[in-house]
Amino acid sequence: MSSLSSVASLAADTLDAPPLSLGELTYRRFRRHKMAIFGAIMLVLLAGYAFIPALFISEKYANYTDTGLRLNAPSLAHPFGTDTIGRDILARTIYGGQISILIGITAAVLEVLAGILIGATAGFYGGWIDAILMRLTEAMLNIPQIFLLIVMAKFFAGGIPDIHLLGRTFSGSVLVIMMIIGLTSWPYLARIVRAEFLSIKEREYILAARATGTPTYQIIFGHILPNCIAPIVVTATLGVANAITLEAYISFLGLGVRPPTATWGNMLEGAYNYIESAYWLWLFPGLLIVLIVLSINFLGDGLRDALDPRSRTV
Amino acid sequence: MNTLLEVTDLRTRFHTPEGTIFAVNGVSFTLHEAETLAVVGESGCGKSVTMMSLLGLIPIPPGEIVSGKALYHGKDLLHLSENELEHIRGKEIAMIFQDPMTSLNPVLTIHRQITESLRTHMGMDATKATQQAVHLLDLVGIPDAARRLNEYPHQFSGGMRQRVMIAMALACMPGLLIADEPTTALDVTIQAQIIELAMRMREQLGMAMIWITHDLGVVAGLAERVIVMYAGYIVEEARVDDLYEDPRHPYTLALLAALPRADRRRGQRLKSIPGAPPNLLVESKGCPFAPRCELVAEQCWAANPALRSVATDHRTACWFDVKGMQL
Amino acid sequence: MNQPVLQTNSQMPTESDAPDHSAPLVQVNDLKKHFPVTRGLLIQRVTGLVRAVDGISFTIQRGETLGLVGESGCGKTTAGRAILGLYKPTSGCASVAGLDLQAASGDQQMLFRRKAQMIFQDPYASLNPRWTVNAIVSEPLRVHHLFKTEQERSERVNELLELVGLNAHHINRFPHEFSGGQRQRIGVARALASDPLFIVCDEPISALDVSIQAQVVNLLEDLQDHLGLTYLFIAHDLSMVRHICDRVAVMYLGLIVEMADRDELYENPLHPYSQALLSAVPIPDPKKNRARQRIILEGDVPSPLNPPSGCRFHTRCPIAKEICSQAEPALRALRPGHFVACHFAEQYL
Repeated sequence: MSSLSSVASLAADTLDAPPLSLGELTYRRFRRHKMAIFGAIMLVLLAGYAFIPALFISEKYANYTDTGLRLNAPSLAHPFGTDTIGRDILARTIYGGQISILIGITAAVLEVLAGILIGATAGFYGGWIDAILMRLTEAMLNIPQIFLLIVMAKFFAGGIPDIHLLGRTFSGSVLVIMMIIGLTSWPYLARIVRAEFLSIKEREYILAARATGTPTYQIIFGHILPNCIAPIVVTATLGVANAITLEAYISFLGLGVRPPTATWGNMLEGAYNYIESAYWLWLFPGLLIVLIVLSINFLGDGLRDALDPRSRTV
Repeated sequence: MNTLLEVTDLRTRFHTPEGTIFAVNGVSFTLHEAETLAVVGESGCGKSVTMMSLLGLIPIPPGEIVSGKALYHGKDLLHLSENELEHIRGKEIAMIFQDPMTSLNPVLTIHRQITESLRTHMGMDATKATQQAVHLLDLVGIPDAARRLNEYPHQFSGGMRQRVMIAMALACMPGLLIADEPTTALDVTIQAQIIELAMRMREQLGMAMIWITHDLGVVAGLAERVIVMYAGYIVEEARVDDLYEDPRHPYTLALLAALPRADRRRGQRLKSIPGAPPNLLVESKGCPFAPRCELVAEQCWAANPALRSVATDHRTACWFDVKGMQL
Repeated sequence: MNQPVLQTNSQMPTESDAPDHSAPLVQVNDLKKHFPVTRGLLIQRVTGLVRAVDGISFTIQRGETLGLVGESGCGKTTAGRAILGLYKPTSGCASVAGLDLQAASGDQQMLFRRKAQMIFQDPYASLNPRWTVNAIVSEPLRVHHLFKTEQERSERVNELLELVGLNAHHINRFPHEFSGGQRQRIGVARALASDPLFIVCDEPISALDVSIQAQVVNLLEDLQDHLGLTYLFIAHDLSMVRHICDRVAVMYLGLIVEMADRDELYENPLHPYSQALLSAVPIPDPKKNRARQRIILEGDVPSPLNPPSGCRFHTRCPIAKEICSQAEPALRALRPGHFVACHFAEQYL
């Protein structure tokens, strides 16, 4: 009778492209980035290196000192040599890897949580809330992160007792370092999240959600946040590399994680005096740090390109 | 009338990761001196790409001009070097675009932008160029021209910016002005002003114009001849009166039937064209309009009809004679 | 003859509880929306006021379509949003089915949101790119707790998609997989989900190709016939407005300058601005175009930050006299149902 039937005939119209969700599109773009794939593989290998041999080599062994064997060059018994108090470097790089990676990931998680919280609040509400939060953020951005870290590390040094978890003992300083890296890295992400919120907030689909009567928290978490995922993921990934590097810095300066807990960074601390005479002290942990940071950066680059909404092609 | 531009069998494609986009598929047309030609079609029909191909404004790669000739004063535009093209662009053939904000450099004054063209192409010195620039702004109806010459693009409204674009385009007295949807983004009263300006310029300067648009109302008020494009093909070509009174292609008929009229009492429902705009990733074997055509038959799928003459100065690309049809 | 196609399952008070069906469904009274222009870092000072909507009043009857036309900066989009409470009005009021959002309780506010919906202009920006079609269209159902199970909601979404002419199989696809016209239909489906009485259509077809515009307009008209919807159709395309609207109001710089029945306005425009507007509309008929008397307005639209004194149109008006720059003309009925805000409109009668 009326044109409803002619309208219904359009129901037959098919979509040209096969169903490709945004996730699949992203994955396809990622695949084209050779260095990113290399980085991802490298990361898997490094993580494997840090966790799998730990099934065969105990932590006790990593911390076992035998001063008779100190400063031995790499040999069959000790493939990476021994350090200044006779501990096996290979084993220490394994367990050190665990801590370094743990610190990297946890600090990045803290950074992301704090960054999103502050950025979203500032971006969504605007006004004086935004003004205050942004001045705080800018203040923190103006202070070089390393100085902040050094000051905070010194301040909290030795304050936290050892932690006993899963049958292992961690120096309390691990927790301290993790927290202070995370809590000094958020400003960068907060600014990005705020910018995203400011721009997305004005989009028509947000207006549509408001016209529907959607409550505010659903708008923030259900509508806006999923659309900011791209820069958050990229920043979080690069944040892990940043955290590992920072941990290396402070540990090298003697303010980081306390022995006997090993990290790749604090293994470099003692190596300063033996740069030429005992290269194995710094070469192996140093190489591992370089490898993991490079891999994460490659991965991050690939993610950034893959998630860029402007490249709509596969 | 003398022939100014003769385009033969222009084919332009784009190579993208998703496939090849067949943007322009064998377009041929002739433009005479001081003539106004309108190119009508919806988005993706290839009207802009055609004109940009002529002026070498297509990025190559991913674009590729597969074949074609475009004779302008005896020179084949498609086979000129970039250097030679630069002498033609702006000087003999000028082009204005839809969004004047992105066509004008936001950090340079209008003065700078107009005189640049005058000094490069006409070899004028600074004083003469400035004088001419003021004259041009006056010509296009910008009040207080001498003072406004030193302002920046953002200080002008949309309509004013478009006038500035026209002034820049006319600076070197080109023989041909190509306007790519110049009024689409403007309000209707401002659009009327710009069209009136264009018509005045056309008379004063005896300039030929190619006006690209999707608005059949604008075409009716401005053009002398019209080309209708669909999926990279020309489907109909006629004098303006003939196109509206005696359309001969189902697509033209459908477009006209889908238009609401401000000057008529409301009739029945608008006749919509079913389906969606064509997929340019596929080079169609048959007629590109077949999936949406009311008169479609076997032969339409098998082969693509070529443009054939159906009356004086009136060509259509359809297997059927749709004369006098009402959709 | 019409079977109820749409069923809702709601515990909210239904429209049959509302009083008096012969009263207009939508009533707007001296609605104003001003945007302050601020300067300052921590403490913001107001340095100016953009009077986007500066006092408009009209009513819309049930089942009617009122067109709101004007050029950019006239405030029509702001008006639509202010009526739906997306912008908090500076003063004045707007009510739909007797519900005034600003004065209503929480429950009443949710009822308003169910009964008054909006269709947006940009099909590429009005759908969340990360949500599936299902999520987008069912959002009103979830927010208003209209069905109990996910299953029921999906069925309703399927119904809606079929109603707007989309294939229900596409329910789990993402917006970027659809064309502009199809996305606009998804927007329509979303607006219909909560069974509204009144829909503000904010330039719903401007961003679409000509051949698709007709499809969407036909859809809107069909839906109006079947569901008894009331529309406020905001547009700048005067040809389309003549086709779809019953009455038309012309806005200029935040005020309504003329309002009349559709044919009356198009055949006898009494305000100089309406006349200029109509004469500027391109007609797809070369002979008529040539024969036309064009009224070409001088200059640009003034800024709503600083509207001209007295009658806002006097700076561009071909018949402006001295009084026009001093006194703002009121909207008055020059003919039954035909309102004009001009000191000298009588001369056109």
